[in-house]
Amino acid sequence: MKQILTVANKEFHDGLRNRWLVSITLIFALLSVGLTYFGAAASGEMGITSLSTTIASLASLAVFLIPLIALLLSYDSFVGEQESGTLLLLLTYPLSKTQLLLGKFIGQGSIIALATLIGFGASAVLLYFQLEDNAIVNAFSLFILSAVLLGLSFTAISYLISLSVSEKSKAAGFALITWFLFALAFDLALLALLVGVEDGISQTGLTQLMMLNPADIFRLVNLAGLDSSDVNGALAVAINASLSQGQLITALTAWVAIPLTLAIFIFRRKKL
Amino acid sequence: MTTPIVSLTDAGKSYNKLDALQSVTMTLGEGEVLGLFGHNGAGKTTMMKLILGVISPSRGQVAVMGMAPDSKEAWHCRTKVGYLPENVSFYEQLTGLEVLTYFAKLKGFNKKQAIDLLEQVGITHAMKRQVKTYSKGMRQRLGLAQAFIGEPKLLLLDEPTVGLDPIATGDFYRTVDQLKSQGSSVILCSHVLPGVEQHIDRAMILSSGQLLAMGSLAELRQQAALPVEIKAHGLNGAIASHDHLSNFISPVCSQTLNVPEAEKISVLKTLLGFDNIEDIHVESANLEQVYQHYLALHAQKQQAQGQS
Repeated sequence: MKQILTVANKEFHDGLRNRWLVSITLIFALLSVGLTYFGAAASGEMGITSLSTTIASLASLAVFLIPLIALLLSYDSFVGEQESGTLLLLLTYPLSKTQLLLGKFIGQGSIIALATLIGFGASAVLLYFQLEDNAIVNAFSLFILSAVLLGLSFTAISYLISLSVSEKSKAAGFALITWFLFALAFDLALLALLVGVEDGISQTGLTQLMMLNPADIFRLVNLAGLDSSDVNGALAVAINASLSQGQLITALTAWVAIPLTLAIFIFRRKKL
Repeated sequence: MTTPIVSLTDAGKSYNKLDALQSVTMTLGEGEVLGLFGHNGAGKTTMMKLILGVISPSRGQVAVMGMAPDSKEAWHCRTKVGYLPENVSFYEQLTGLEVLTYFAKLKGFNKKQAIDLLEQVGITHAMKRQVKTYSKGMRQRLGLAQAFIGEPKLLLLDEPTVGLDPIATGDFYRTVDQLKSQGSSVILCSHVLPGVEQHIDRAMILSSGQLLAMGSLAELRQQAALPVEIKAHGLNGAIASHDHLSNFISPVCSQTLNVPEAEKISVLKTLLGFDNIEDIHVESANLEQVYQHYLALHAQKQQAQGQS
């Protein structure tokens, strides 16, 4: 356990030193405060909009940003150390591969989690002081929890990439492709399936398909509770056949645990 | 007899069909310094990785301090093993002290020991600077400090003197001698370098995964039967006209005699018998010549095999 914490501590400080924590927090805070205040600008209004509009806009933004940031933060975690030779050296220490991987995950995961908490928490506090509505606390807690899980899930996915390739530049390329597939292509494909194939897929089938993408689960978690007027596209269909929040959070947690376990498995079998 | 620190019994490693290391049997005792020599790709690093327990042998057995280094039981022994990889670039954005503290903590030590080690390798003045500002020599010293964490019983050093200036190299060899006198065993992996001879007890020569020769320098020299080089000054034509001595004249230089070890003394006596002799220079084959000899022998054997 001490070994894991030593590694986690180092990774966390790397995140502080590289200004990752500060920049991610700032990006999240600016965007969320901006959306909270100016989200309704398109309809000619200014000032704080409704809670559901705010959460809807935040969720559709976070679903692109968080995976991208998580992938950027961690894609070179292993392949980078392998290239510089420190990975081989670390493995001659009294430190197991599992300990090293978990340490990195805790360290980098904390960076993402903390940035999400502070960044989005800022606009939650702001909204709360303006509206003094307890619904805000509930909605934002759920939003932040699912956003953290989404970040952790993509951190674990980027470890899979980092452990499977042999060059840093390849890892970067794969990270970008992964982001494109999960954040954009998957939804387009779903929509095409819905529109293009008549009676091709039931509502339950669609929801089940969406479990294959952590970004979609994140969307479902946050949009399911809102007025459907703020939601459109494939999601609106899925929401009608929605699973419970608890089930969705469990599915998202599985999207953290499974890639992480798989990464440990790959790391153990990896030849150095 | 005490248990050897390292023992390899017919140990080898293959990747797919390629033999990175053919069966090697060797032991390393306490306080012994072994020089491991060979070209790139000779299997030096593979052998080090086997001893470190980073990879498992494809055949045979490896034991470090009586245990298989890749097993769970050997875990606590790892604190007692120091390793300097060949090409390592430490975390560039960290300071030297931060890098060393990280590694020290992983071995169960603290910042204070890290500072002491940095002092030992002489980069205390730069420890608050980022590693990316370090010169090649300073990086190498940092790597050495890392290998010295926890006064290891076994040190594996891959190309330790690359990038070090002559003074730092001297410092390094002094440290090796000191560790040896404290009872640590050292494996020095290197291309053959001048100056390494005085500091190693035994040498091991590897080529393309094969063990070509192993033994003390004197033993290897004897096995190789390389001639002693004797240069005599002031004799002018006397050597060439002498019946016995003329047999030994080197084809390259008429002033130099290449004499087999066994005949050395008799030749020297004869030379001293000349009245007008001014100076005599005697040089035994050095490590590099021994190394070249074994490599050439190996190449000949392979050629012979290829023809038959």
